[in-house]
Amino acid sequence: MTRPIRVLVAKPGLDGHDRGAKVVAAALRDAGMEVIYTGLHQTPEMIASAAVQEDADVVGLSILSGAHMTLFPRVLQLLREQGRDDVLITGGGIIPKEDMAALEQQGIGKLFGPGTPTTALIDYIKEWFAARQAQGA
Amino acid sequence: MTGRGTLERVLAGFEAGQTAALARAVSIIEDQREGHETLAAILHPRLGRARRIGLTGPPGAGKSTLTTLLAERYLAAGLKVGIVAVDPTSPFTGGALLGDRVRMERVALHPNVFIRSMATRGSLGGLAAMTREVCDVLDAFGMDRILVETVGVGQSELDIARLADTSTVILVPESGDAIQTLKAGVMEIADCFVVNKADRPGADRLRNDIEVMLGLRGGGGPTPDAHHGVDLKALHPKRQAREAAARDDDSWTPPVLRTVGATGDGVPELIAALDRHFAYLERTGTLHARRRERLRDRVRDVVEHRIQRRLWRDAAIRQWVEDQLPALERGEVTPFTVAEALLARGVAAGTFTGQAP
Repeated sequence: MTRPIRVLVAKPGLDGHDRGAKVVAAALRDAGMEVIYTGLHQTPEMIASAAVQEDADVVGLSILSGAHMTLFPRVLQLLREQGRDDVLITGGGIIPKEDMAALEQQGIGKLFGPGTPTTALIDYIKEWFAARQAQGA
Repeated sequence: MTGRGTLERVLAGFEAGQTAALARAVSIIEDQREGHETLAAILHPRLGRARRIGLTGPPGAGKSTLTTLLAERYLAAGLKVGIVAVDPTSPFTGGALLGDRVRMERVALHPNVFIRSMATRGSLGGLAAMTREVCDVLDAFGMDRILVETVGVGQSELDIARLADTSTVILVPESGDAIQTLKAGVMEIADCFVVNKADRPGADRLRNDIEVMLGLRGGGGPTPDAHHGVDLKALHPKRQAREAAARDDDSWTPPVLRTVGATGDGVPELIAALDRHFAYLERTGTLHARRRERLRDRVRDVVEHRIQRRLWRDAAIRQWVEDQLPALERGEVTPFTVAEALLARGVAAGTFTGQAP
C-alpha cells in the first residue's frame, strides 16, 4: 500500500528569509508529498512538537543564520525524547561542508546548500522512504 | 508497514497518553494501514466524550484564527482540545501543502492540545475521507472538544454537518456578493453563523442579510412558496424545521454572531452560543439522534467498502466483466443487466460472505 510521504517544513531562527523554505515546500508538494508548512520563527520545541503531532516522516529545516550546529541536534534530541527516533531530519541553508559532515555523524540526514536542484532533495527523500518501508519500519 | 508488534506498541503508548502514539494511531487510521480495523474496534467503546465542532467558510474568512481562539479559551478552562485542519490535495500530483498550523502558533505548545493537518486525498465536500474516523481517535484519547476546520471552498462543504455535533459557518464582509453566499447549500447546515472581521465595513449588512434569510427579521419581502410550480417548502427540511422553530421553544434558531479574529472580540459570545447549542442538542435528544445517524453512516461505509473490496478482489468476477464488454459494445446488453447478473453471480458464489480479509 502506498501512502503519501509526510514532510514538515520549518524555518527556525529570527530572520525572515523563508523564500527557500517555501520553494522547497512547493516542490515537495508537486512531487506528491504532504507538506506541513509551519512558517517563520519556529523554536526547536515548536518544530519537534509539530512533527510528533503530525506524525511526520521527514523534518526539513531551512537555516540561514549560522545556528545550524545548535538547531539540528536540538530538534533531533527533542524528537528522540518523544519516542520519534525514526524521523529523517534534513534541510538546507548556508552550511559549511565540514559542519554537514559533523551533523551527519550525529544522526542528521543529508543537508543541501544553495543551488541544489529541488529534484536532488526529492530523490533523496523518496529513496530514504523506500528504504525504510522495505525494512518494514 | 505496520506489523502486529507496532500496533501493540501504539496501543500501549496510547493508553499511557503519549502524543507520539496518538499521532501514529491517527496515521494508521488515516492511511488505513495494516491493523486499522483492529485499532478502530478497540477504540469504538470509548467514543462519545468529545463535543465535535465544525468550522467552515470561504477562504480567508478566519477559520484557523477562530479555531485557535476557541482552543485557547477551552484550554484555559482546563479542557483537552483536538484540532483537525483539512487542506486540499492536488488532484494532479497527489501532493498537498498543509498550512493551517501557521495560524495556530498561539496554542501549539500547550500540553493539552493536539493539532493534526489532513489532506483531502481526493475527497470532495470539504473534508478528507477519514476525518470522521480521525475524530474518533481523538475522542477515544480523551479530548473534551474537537475542532474540525474544513477546506475553504465555500459552497460545497456539507460533509461537516455529518461529522460535527455543531456546525459553524464563518463569513466575512468581503465574502463577496452576499446573495451568492446565502444561496449556497452551506447556509442550510449552519447551527451557528459567525460574521468575522466584524470591525470592517459591511459587517452589519451581512449580518442583516443572514438574518433576513433565516427569517429572523422581516425586510426581504415575502418568501415565495412556489417556484415554477414547485412547492419550495416541501423541498426544504431545514426551512420547515426553522418555521417549526418559531413555534416551538424546544427548537433551535441559528444565532448570527460577530467576531473580530484579530482582537478576539466576540469569542466569549461564540463559546456561549456553542454551549447553548450543545445544551439544546442534549435537552431535545437531537445529540443522540445525530450521533446515531453518524453510526449508521459508518456502518454503511464499512459495508460498501467491504462489498467493493470482496467483489473486485475476485479475479473470476473481474474476468467475467471483461468477457461482457464485447456484447456491451454491440449494444446486446446494457450496463444495468450486466450489473444485475454480476451481483447475482457474486451472491451465488458467496463472494459477499467471505471471511473477513
